[in-house]
Amino acid sequence: MATAKKKLVQWEPTDIKKELLSKYPAKVARKRAKQILINEALENTTPEIQANVRTIPGIITMRGCTYAGCKGVIMGPTRDVVNLVHGPIGCSFYAWLTRRNQTDAGENGENYMTYCFSTDMQDSDIIFGGEKKLAQAIQEVYDIFHPKAITVFATCPVGLIGDDIHNVARLKKEEFGDCNVFAFSCEGYKGVSQSAGHHIANNQIFTHIVGENDEVKEGEYKINLLGEYNIGGDGFEIDRVLRKCGIATISTFSGNSTYDQFASAHTADLSCVMCHRSINYVADMLETKYGIPWIKVNFISAKSTAKSLRKIAEYFGDQKLIDRVEEVIAEEMKAVDAAQKDVFPRTDGKTAMLFVGGSRAHHYQDLFAELGMKTLAAGYEFAHRDDYEGRQVIPNLKVDADSRNIEEIEVEADPTRYKPRKTEEELKALEDGGFEFKDYNGMLPDMEAGTFAIDDLNQFEAEKLVELMKPDIFCAGIKEKFSIQKLGVPMKQLHSYDSHGPYAGFKGAVNFYYEIDRLVNSKVWGYMKAPWQESPELSATYVWE
Amino acid sequence: MLLRHTPKEIKERSAVMINPAKTCQPIGAMYAALGIQGCLPHSHGSQGCCAYHRSALTRHYKEPISASTSSFTEGASVFGGQANLLQSIRNIFSVYEPEVIAVHTTCLSETIGDDLPQIFDKATKEGTIPEGKTVLGANTPSYVGSHVTGFSNMVKAMAALAEPTGKKNGKVNVIPGWVEPSDMEEIKRLAALVGADITLFPDTSGILNAPLTGEYSMFPKGGVTIAELKGCGDAIGTLALGEWCSADAARFLDSKYKVPCSVLDMPFGLKATDRFIDALRTVAGKVVPEEIAIERGQLVDLISDMHQYFYHKKVAIYGDPDQLIAMTEFLTSIDMCPVHIVTGTPGKKFEERIKEITKDSPFPVNVRAKGDMFLMHQWIKNDPVDLLIGNTYGKYISRDEDIPFVRWGFPILDRQGHQYFPTVGYKGGLRFLEKVLDALLSREDRDATEQKFELVY
Repeated sequence: MATAKKKLVQWEPTDIKKELLSKYPAKVARKRAKQILINEALENTTPEIQANVRTIPGIITMRGCTYAGCKGVIMGPTRDVVNLVHGPIGCSFYAWLTRRNQTDAGENGENYMTYCFSTDMQDSDIIFGGEKKLAQAIQEVYDIFHPKAITVFATCPVGLIGDDIHNVARLKKEEFGDCNVFAFSCEGYKGVSQSAGHHIANNQIFTHIVGENDEVKEGEYKINLLGEYNIGGDGFEIDRVLRKCGIATISTFSGNSTYDQFASAHTADLSCVMCHRSINYVADMLETKYGIPWIKVNFISAKSTAKSLRKIAEYFGDQKLIDRVEEVIAEEMKAVDAAQKDVFPRTDGKTAMLFVGGSRAHHYQDLFAELGMKTLAAGYEFAHRDDYEGRQVIPNLKVDADSRNIEEIEVEADPTRYKPRKTEEELKALEDGGFEFKDYNGMLPDMEAGTFAIDDLNQFEAEKLVELMKPDIFCAGIKEKFSIQKLGVPMKQLHSYDSHGPYAGFKGAVNFYYEIDRLVNSKVWGYMKAPWQESPELSATYVWE
Repeated sequence: MLLRHTPKEIKERSAVMINPAKTCQPIGAMYAALGIQGCLPHSHGSQGCCAYHRSALTRHYKEPISASTSSFTEGASVFGGQANLLQSIRNIFSVYEPEVIAVHTTCLSETIGDDLPQIFDKATKEGTIPEGKTVLGANTPSYVGSHVTGFSNMVKAMAALAEPTGKKNGKVNVIPGWVEPSDMEEIKRLAALVGADITLFPDTSGILNAPLTGEYSMFPKGGVTIAELKGCGDAIGTLALGEWCSADAARFLDSKYKVPCSVLDMPFGLKATDRFIDALRTVAGKVVPEEIAIERGQLVDLISDMHQYFYHKKVAIYGDPDQLIAMTEFLTSIDMCPVHIVTGTPGKKFEERIKEITKDSPFPVNVRAKGDMFLMHQWIKNDPVDLLIGNTYGKYISRDEDIPFVRWGFPILDRQGHQYFPTVGYKGGLRFLEKVLDALLSREDRDATEQKFELVY
């Protein structure tokens, strides 16, 4: 029950790893052994994990595909662009409103988020090609809606039958004149996971939209917030805090975003990266082409939010902003401290496991730490080694055969618009003071020794981990939720937040504290056995009172 | 307004589908496969499909949906997925130990032309399939038909497991079509009351409405067994509920093994349930017990008690063809007026059936197979309705147009109960009408002036 001490983990980490591998055929075991890491991160050295490699067929992975990473994740949340899926109906149907990217288009703004657009390819399109139908579909969308832009997404069969979606898009764009049309070659089989889709989306947004609008936006301390998708209103909460500090967000990639935000992103003075995995490509390209430095931030957990705000203020170096940020933190922390004080006695000492896409398995450990909860194991579906071990490993990463065909685009400094936001001396002064640009140290250094990092966790390992380590809460996604709960362990979805949120920023931290308190202390987990199951033997004749 | 860009003026579209009233084949095959005991569905394609189908079914049933995938890479997509499927079969039997693997395909493996029987044959010859275990497969190209077609294809593959002995076993095959686990349970309950010994396939009851006990089994008790499927060629007859979902399997057993079949409507509502019970007692040679007559009488009683609230109410309804046909008949039979009826699933017969059922309607009726919810919304804007019936996606139209809304069909992502309480049979009819009345009367209560606010309805 709520306050009862949890039984200690009996197993040694090496034994647990052995158990996880014991049932696999030899080849599978060899491969999985490299993706299951017992953390021994010491200062300046992190152990190596295998990541971003192909999925083992039949293993029951949690992963999705490139289309999901491109359309579902990056482009989906942009409200005034029509995302048209070129393929049979499923791909567009499943990505229809199923990620909780909240949107505010106001009374009369454009908002296509609630719609699902597809060319609904039929067998005749597979046989004779779907280019004509695609062109006609783009035309019909244009005629009915007149959006600012129409984007086209390839699905599995499109690449195989050889439809040239980029050419169709280019011709339509020329024909319309007032509507940007471009396409993404994000066929589901590319790469090994959603990750390839992120990269493809980054490249195309950067090529086709960023830099389109040179108009100078109002506001002081202009930043881009990269890799924040406004799940459950996270972006709204971050915006609230930033606005309160006087920081202007020029663009968000891409929660509650608009076409124009992308078009103006190059006018900001700093890029702040939330989800490193999905958007680091755009961050790098903005720096190379326009001279905008980027920093890693994290608005998940109150402490991390405060730290990130201070980092932004330090970058701009303006005392007015530095003071304002401190005021805001002090003000906001009152409610956070009160909630933490209330919840802490009920959550302290409990344990968690986190297996989420490509960034939250790290970020949310900060929130659990604020609850006094230890993370026993964590991992990503599709992160790369730099997300586990830190960006210093990037020069050593080898692109394997499965990911080699993901396009890398070369970006150069813009001849007229490249403008370093800080002088060499200013940058050096900041760095000498411990300021880190363009840096992400990964998840492993923040995890305790003897904990597990597991890449591309599967159904079998999830169950085994829960059975052996008995966490008080398990965090992952919808596909994992109910099998974990059948085991009697509360499960928190960290993709959809189980219809809850926001969890970012200060208000989000308070929401999360109470949500975890509710889950780990719920009465329901005490009801799994009926009285006659707990003591099945009748020992005496019942006496009616 | 959530769907603020939907114009009242209707322009014919030939290429873009907006807000579909269907999804793709493999999810139907996955759902059907979950109705086999000890079965792990397997998606032979790239892994995104499998993740999406599992998620959609999980969100609907609030239950774990296990399924594996061949996880195609670009290489396999070009050179064929045989190695991926063989590896999958090996890994699945070692790690998850199902009794059965039911493979379906996607637009990827169908476009490249992977040959499932040839791959299974290779797996058998190489000893990849352990003794006593079963691997079956269905081709489910996403660019043909809809999720309903995929369901039907997998059900047909299940019927193809039949191994007739030449001796009739006295059982009746009942193919329920794509209905909820609770509906399958209700069909079994009715058959037991009639005294008919049935083989229900697929049967997801017990599997997709399993209890919470602190133990997790990937293969909960329930589902049709392989032995039962082998026996379905010895049945005295087959009742196929729903032309789109169930007829192919039934006709296969009829033409191949001379098991006579009747294709009926799904037993939603009074008349379709009447026909189901009547057919069941006839083929099984049983007398219908009084209990069932009482249930029927209760439904008729409710219809008569509440008739004033149903009479000439206009309804828009969308979903899958078999369900829509039976439900349109039910609504019409209680003097409600379905006026806009849309399915995303293709099939000319659908429009004909609906027109036949609604031919005496006092209002003009719009019906479209291969339509979408965007079109239906436009119809509603031009000719408003009193009630909207369909899956969760209707809530956006319901809110924008302020129409009372009853959730029914697939998927229901935002309400509970459908996996536990049936809408088939007389009992299911009672529950469905209770939901309709609740929606209509809640609206009366909301809109009534204080003077006209009623205590008693």
